[in-house]
Amino acid sequence: MSNAVREGVLPIAEAHPWRFTTREPTPLARLFDNKTFLVVMCLTPAVGLLVVFLTYPLGLGLWLAFTDAKIGRSGVFVGLDNFDSLFHDRIFWLSVTNTLFYTAAATVGKFGLGLWLALLLNHNIPFKSLIRAIVLIPWIVPTVLSAIAFWWIYDPQFSIISYLLKAMGIIDYNIDFLGTPWHARLALVAANIWRGIPFVAISLLAGLQTISPSLYEAAMLDGASSWARFRYVTLPMLMPVLSVVLTFSVLFTFTDFQLVYAITRGGPANATHLMATLAFQRGIPGGQLGEGAAIAMAMIPFLVAATLFSYFGLARRRWQQGEADE
Amino acid sequence: MSKSSDQPGAPLGWESLPRKIVTVYTPLILFIIVLLFPFYWMTITTLKPNNELYNYKDFNPLWVHSPTLANVKKLLFDTDYPQWLMTTMGVAAAATIISVISSVLAAYALQRLRFRGSNWVGLAIYLAYLVPPSILFIPLATMVFQLGLFDTPWALILTYPTFLIPFCTWLLIGYFKSIPYELEECALIDGASRLQILRRITLPLAVPGLISAGIFAFTLSWNEFIYALAFIQSSEKKTVPVAVLTQLVQGDDYQWGALMAGALFGSIPVALLYSFFVEYYVSSLTGAVKE
Repeated sequence: MSNAVREGVLPIAEAHPWRFTTREPTPLARLFDNKTFLVVMCLTPAVGLLVVFLTYPLGLGLWLAFTDAKIGRSGVFVGLDNFDSLFHDRIFWLSVTNTLFYTAAATVGKFGLGLWLALLLNHNIPFKSLIRAIVLIPWIVPTVLSAIAFWWIYDPQFSIISYLLKAMGIIDYNIDFLGTPWHARLALVAANIWRGIPFVAISLLAGLQTISPSLYEAAMLDGASSWARFRYVTLPMLMPVLSVVLTFSVLFTFTDFQLVYAITRGGPANATHLMATLAFQRGIPGGQLGEGAAIAMAMIPFLVAATLFSYFGLARRRWQQGEADE
Repeated sequence: MSKSSDQPGAPLGWESLPRKIVTVYTPLILFIIVLLFPFYWMTITTLKPNNELYNYKDFNPLWVHSPTLANVKKLLFDTDYPQWLMTTMGVAAAATIISVISSVLAAYALQRLRFRGSNWVGLAIYLAYLVPPSILFIPLATMVFQLGLFDTPWALILTYPTFLIPFCTWLLIGYFKSIPYELEECALIDGASRLQILRRITLPLAVPGLISAGIFAFTLSWNEFIYALAFIQSSEKKTVPVAVLTQLVQGDDYQWGALMAGALFGSIPVALLYSFFVEYYVSSLTGAVKE
């Protein structure tokens, strides 16, 4: 530190003469400060990829559904022929009812058990974060690989479930899990529930943790029973998160492909085909691209319904948080 | 649902230990056992020699009596498994890099540059997340064929961003929202250009978000199945999930030991990644739902 400063004298002489030194920005730098240009630059990669590989294929799929395209040859417009033949196709209608049953049963199971698990995890328990981490594992590992494990668990001869039930003396024969239509459907639903519980539980747990304990205290002072507290405090407060998670879950269960393809491949005798697996079977190995696309497009009305549900769920959440609707 | 007695209002309520054991610990332990059992079964089956694998009378199937690495050895040396692992890793890494870069730019534009119509673009990207791969794979297959990408890794690297970008963009918008706008205004007054602000201020502060987006995108690409099944034909170019299912299952004679080894080794990389970044996974999962 210089003497001048220490003695309280301003070091005027030492100051650099003031010069106008701001460099002229290069044209390129000025271009990047142009907001319109910057917005376009930033959005181009994401929007470009999405338009080329998502929006365009969506339109192309719609077109293919009205053509008789096959692998290796582009089809010609055939109007509603594909839908007409699907309308009289018993396997197609079976796949529709299968998909609806699969979605409904798996969603009820996932949300019932997932909510229960979330409520359990919301307690003061030791090793909470470790348990939470363990619970998420089924959701992290590749679905197909855990599905293969289920395939082995459902083996007609060496199923560990049959073994355990026999050891406990409940049954005295091996259950043929994948051999009969209803056994196979329920086995797939069970595997899907297993796969879906972690996502539901952890998301709902996050929702539960945002509920202020003072609400429960107030309810308890008012003499609310535990059921009343659940019904009139927990559920309404959880509704916004629940509706979003439910939408995603329904959407991805409805369009599920991996579990069924890995465990039964639609068998026995096409009894467990979902719309997605039937579309794949007809479209790619079967080569009937037009028909496959028509089956895939038939899923869209259901997806739109689920999306609208999500949209209104989100809007309601903003309102509940006291934020303005954007 | 009768579990309502276990509310977080517990401090006011009374929860004796025996009661808690019945209503909390027992169901929780059952949940954990059921959720983890398939992985235990996978591991056990991998380590079993063939004579134990199919003999439940003399050996308790829930335990390995003479563990062997024969299945693992067979998997690693008699199949293309190492090749599949490398392919999967390469595809997942490339798709992740492309998606995260595009998503950062898009999220920055949508959340920070705030142009007219940015809400609509944001909504469109959100809707893109709701379009499932199972309705896109047929038209995409014809596109991939026409572009000459069929049976190349590029078919996957270019199509995975369709489900990664919407997810990452929404995740990052959430992170950018949490960074005070004042910091950027200060920099703007100090004469920083918009790109400098993004590079020097916003991005360093959004690093946790970038890590979340990156590991999530990597996991989702690793786990992807239907595109990899439809667009890749030759064995050595397949990704692990597809290859285990299509290459290790031959005819009706399932080699359960090798199959389970394949499933186990395909799960371990993501499980490892997960164990290092658990908090990021949990926060991005719950954050994505809450956004």
